[in-house]
Amino acid sequence: MDATALLDRYERMNVIRRTEKAAHDLFLRGLVKGTTHLAAGQEAIAVGASAALRPDDYVFATYRGHHHALARGATPEECLAELMSRATGLCKAKGGSMHLTKAATGMLGSYAIVGSHLPMAVGAAWSARLRGTEQLAVAFFGDGATNIGAFHESLNLAAVWKLPVLFVCENNLYMEYTPIADVTAVPRPAADRAPAHGIPGEVVDGNDVVAVEEAVGRLARRARAGDGPAVLEAETYRHFGHSRADPAAYRPAEEVERWLKHDPLDLARGRLAELGVDEETLAGADERARAVVERAVEAAKAAPPPDPREALTDVWADGGAAWRT
Amino acid sequence: MADVITYREAVAEGIAREMRRDASVVCLGEDIAAAGGVFKTTTGLLEEFGPGRVWDTPISEQAIVGAAMGAAMTGMRPVAEIMFSDFLACCWDYLANEIPKVRYMTGGQVTVPLVVRTANGGGLGFGAQHSQATENWALTVPGLKIAAPATPADVIGMLAAAIRSADPVVFFEHKGLLATKGPPPPPGHVVELGRAAVVREGTDVTLVALASTVPLAQEAAGVLAGEGVEAEVVDLRCLVPLDAATVLASLGKTSRLVTVEENPYQGGWGATVVSVVADEGFALLDAPVRRVAGECVPLPFADALEEQVIPTVDKVVTEVRRLAAY
Repeated sequence: MDATALLDRYERMNVIRRTEKAAHDLFLRGLVKGTTHLAAGQEAIAVGASAALRPDDYVFATYRGHHHALARGATPEECLAELMSRATGLCKAKGGSMHLTKAATGMLGSYAIVGSHLPMAVGAAWSARLRGTEQLAVAFFGDGATNIGAFHESLNLAAVWKLPVLFVCENNLYMEYTPIADVTAVPRPAADRAPAHGIPGEVVDGNDVVAVEEAVGRLARRARAGDGPAVLEAETYRHFGHSRADPAAYRPAEEVERWLKHDPLDLARGRLAELGVDEETLAGADERARAVVERAVEAAKAAPPPDPREALTDVWADGGAAWRT
Repeated sequence: MADVITYREAVAEGIAREMRRDASVVCLGEDIAAAGGVFKTTTGLLEEFGPGRVWDTPISEQAIVGAAMGAAMTGMRPVAEIMFSDFLACCWDYLANEIPKVRYMTGGQVTVPLVVRTANGGGLGFGAQHSQATENWALTVPGLKIAAPATPADVIGMLAAAIRSADPVVFFEHKGLLATKGPPPPPGHVVELGRAAVVREGTDVTLVALASTVPLAQEAAGVLAGEGVEAEVVDLRCLVPLDAATVLASLGKTSRLVTVEENPYQGGWGATVVSVVADEGFALLDAPVRRVAGECVPLPFADALEEQVIPTVDKVVTEVRRLAAY
């Protein structure tokens, strides 16, 4: 990857990192309610994969999905406004942190029932096949989802129907508060299961945006060519706890330290330096990302709350909620 | 077309009519293609439309309904079959959490135009896990439309409306009605969802029924007519949209209400109907309401036990006699 492309990926990851930090700060200040599941530390998977996809491909994500919404076309302002219950939110303040969606750019939702969206991605890939579009569907999910029945049903059906779908596991080592290794009999919870369903499983450094983009691009070309689905297990680590309520005290200090030294943004910076990009250019990217997120926070804060009448809209396709005559 | 068509044949005919007019309609489910469905309700679809539109699946209810959802969100109109309605529990996440919520929680960004068809209800001796009437499960979930036809013509007309609907529809086909016959409807027949039918007019009591309990209520009305009690029978056809207006209009004539429902009394759809009547039609009533519903037990196997649990003509007649004497 050349310096220009990598600088672009770096800046995108930087925007996500700063948006997640802003979400964290806004929560502490009482401006975000409910909970958040931040993806700081996992930016390279969203940015690398997104860069390898076509604009018309479909992406399905989880409740830890801010990075995927941002990587697939949502603006920091739309996302933060949603978290802050504003009318200008991505989902009109009806979804919240766990359901960021930008259907217009193929980001077909963030789903908060673990593993539930894998069959949907299979269905979107089936639909692409039926319509002859050569579109691809990608399901991003955590390591915990690999022990859900829908994971196995999805891999099997996608394999049997040879569908253009990628299953990208963001293995951050913990299913909520429990190490995934404590509850899974194989070392690679996603990749080791793939061969049982007759599809290839690969492991990639999920903090290396270049490696992720290369792997997703290769598996996407294969799937688009009709060679069927694949599993990609991206090793990564979350900087925050599982959710807002979780300080993540169960993670050994040396493990946290090791992973923080393997930060996706630092990795990209190192590569950029090797490619001859100077500090001033990197600082410029940092500054642009900072300014974008700062403006987003201010705009979201200034936006109005939702019209209370919105509570009774959007159930049915006609926009209404009538259930009886 | 023949002079009569069975309810079973009407299912395949209803799907086929929509597949002929709309190339985005595709079917998926267990044993639906080569085998024509375990109830033979999809016979002939594979032959007419080919494997590109009629797909056999593994026994994977979550993958079936979840894939239908993903396809519906991306331009197709899938018709998914869940073989027995009891098995809806295996994919309940999709019917309770995913399909009915996704449009709302995305602020209206997506639509999910799909149909989940399923064989519902008792009377065939399949035991507790293959006989339950589960239409009330779906009624607990805002965001699902619920259709349950009683006649072959309605099967075709309501399938047309369901498949053309931009909203998700759970379509309950009653196993006990599969062999029943009726006149085939003309081409282009569509029965709008949410329109109840007054299938027998009367002045003394309103029997509100759905699917299998419609012919049962009609038979009870025949018995009661011999005793000088004229029962009006309302076939609800759908639980959502619920045609409460037709029920209230009927009570304006009869002033007495009996719901006839196969699902259990606890949480059964009759409770919702009665609640609407209590809220908005209390002044219309001259007597307490009665619910002839399933007993609150799992469905037993033996016929002699099953008839103790689900509504029968005798149970309906007995309740109406009590009301008439009130």
